[in-house]
Amino acid sequence: MRTATTSLEIVAPLPLPKRGRWQTISRDLRRNKHVYLMLLPVLLYYLIFHYGPMYGAVIAFEDFNPVKGVFGSKWVGLQNFQDFFSSVYFGRLIFNTVAISVLDLIFGFPAPIILALLINELRWNPFKRLVQTVTYLPHFISVVVVVGMLVDFFARDGLVNQLMLTTDPVAYMQSPEWFRQLFVGSGIWQHVGWGSIVYLAAIATIDPQLYDAAKVDGADRFRQMWHITVPGILPTIVILLILRMGMMMSVGYEKIILMYNPLTYETADVISTYVFRRGILQADFSFSAAVGLFNSVINFALLIAANRISRRLTEHSLW
Amino acid sequence: MVAAALRPKRIRLRESRGERLFGFGTVVFLIALMGVTIYPLLYVLFASLSSASELTQHRGLLFAPLSLTFEAYRRVLENPLILTGYRNTLFIVVVGTALNVFMTALGAYALSRRNVLFRNPAMFLIVFTMFFSGGLIPTYLLVGQTLHLQNTLWALIVPGAVQTLNLIIMRTAFQSVPVALEEAARIDGANDWTILFRIYLPLSWPVVAVMILFYGVAHWNSFFSALVFIRERELYPLQLVLREILISSNVQNMATDVSSGDVLAIGETIKYATIIVATLPILLVYPYLQRYFVKGVAIGAIKE
Repeated sequence: MRTATTSLEIVAPLPLPKRGRWQTISRDLRRNKHVYLMLLPVLLYYLIFHYGPMYGAVIAFEDFNPVKGVFGSKWVGLQNFQDFFSSVYFGRLIFNTVAISVLDLIFGFPAPIILALLINELRWNPFKRLVQTVTYLPHFISVVVVVGMLVDFFARDGLVNQLMLTTDPVAYMQSPEWFRQLFVGSGIWQHVGWGSIVYLAAIATIDPQLYDAAKVDGADRFRQMWHITVPGILPTIVILLILRMGMMMSVGYEKIILMYNPLTYETADVISTYVFRRGILQADFSFSAAVGLFNSVINFALLIAANRISRRLTEHSLW
Repeated sequence: MVAAALRPKRIRLRESRGERLFGFGTVVFLIALMGVTIYPLLYVLFASLSSASELTQHRGLLFAPLSLTFEAYRRVLENPLILTGYRNTLFIVVVGTALNVFMTALGAYALSRRNVLFRNPAMFLIVFTMFFSGGLIPTYLLVGQTLHLQNTLWALIVPGAVQTLNLIIMRTAFQSVPVALEEAARIDGANDWTILFRIYLPLSWPVVAVMILFYGVAHWNSFFSALVFIRERELYPLQLVLREILISSNVQNMATDVSSGDVLAIGETIKYATIIVATLPILLVYPYLQRYFVKGVAIGAIKE
């Protein structure tokens, strides 16, 4: 991950020898027939379950009728998109999606980096391992259980209100003004430890001689952290930040679907939850497919933009 | 030991007061963080073992069960929905993970070959899906209607047969297997299937363990595809049952023999016991698998 990653790189086709393209291909197919036999089910899987829906997304441009199918339904062009852009929910959905995403970027993204830096400062290994074991744990708890605990602890008569010692308990889960804090906060609680693993792995690859050199030059622990550890994990930070940008518009909707209720839609309803309600619950397929496609396209555009900007500024990029 | 003796001695300088204070502050902060992380789970455990009536009277934190009782667990384990949920989830975890690991190994092996002509186009086709998708609705129509998997457990297994990130992790692991072993096997007449199953998979066991863990936990915890595809309650996986009990507060069928006032009280302990029953299997295997998954994440991250 330090330089451009080969795994994500698009390598130019091999220069073919003079023998001729078809001869080369048939020789390759014969020599690697078992390899292609292995690749076949995997490629079929991707074609059906990933490229199939990409093709199926054309219903966003149709007035899709399940009986008539993708081919038989009426073509309506950009009508569904226009309906979405002019709908009363458009502004609220975009704002909520971006607000939750930006809050998560500001608080959720740096949290594992800070935790990794702090864990790295620990000198006594058993304690270090204990901190890691404990903080990784919540990552393995299901989102249903986490939200179940939120609902319980943040209820009007729940543990949090009991501890607040106020005469005026708050029904947090029913308050739109608390939704984002609870969403982002519980996300950090659950994943901060897990997220730190990547950075700890990156820290482990830093050459220890750099620290020795810094000590000889009189750098204290803060300076070592700032001038050696942080630059050492910067490529990892940049790569993860680019990937994060590609998910800017797809906040954790599975958790939101569990957490929100009509009382909190005002701040909690995001593009993907709206797609779920309109598409799956109300079977309004074409319209919700259009909203979903809009979301995918924006995500993809953000990813490409972030990658391009990063390549220019930091020399680190996905491709 | 030998390596430790050969390693040059690390330089240690006397630390300034500010540094020692920082070190102390770090330890205090991390202890507090561990408390915040683990206490909610301990509270759930203590509350699940408490008597329902005493728990409703109690205010504030719990540091031990209030009059230890297994009443809530008895009611949870007698709930037929929990049992069918467990059965369905076990099926999904076992069959799903087996399919996942098999398919991921096939793909990772094929894509780790150096002299395969169509490797790079195939890799591009696969990696592209990480960044762009057709969206929820077309997937729903394809799986549920075109392929008629609606209301079957296969809808929760087949559409996620390969996770691209795991494929890349496994491919990276396969690329570090020494070529000499493979060449020796080929001279002995081994084909690619033998090489994959007799050399690559056994040699990459830690990564295979990581795959089993990642896929297995994901199946155990997944609820969304069940929410989308499953209507029949006999087919509900555990997490969908949990959602009803925890979030929709549907505990009536586990508290039929008590008066309506007590339903609320016993309902609370039932919720806590349900959380423990559904989470315990994962928490029990977790400590044994920790060293594996740390390795797995590291491989996934440092894929030069």
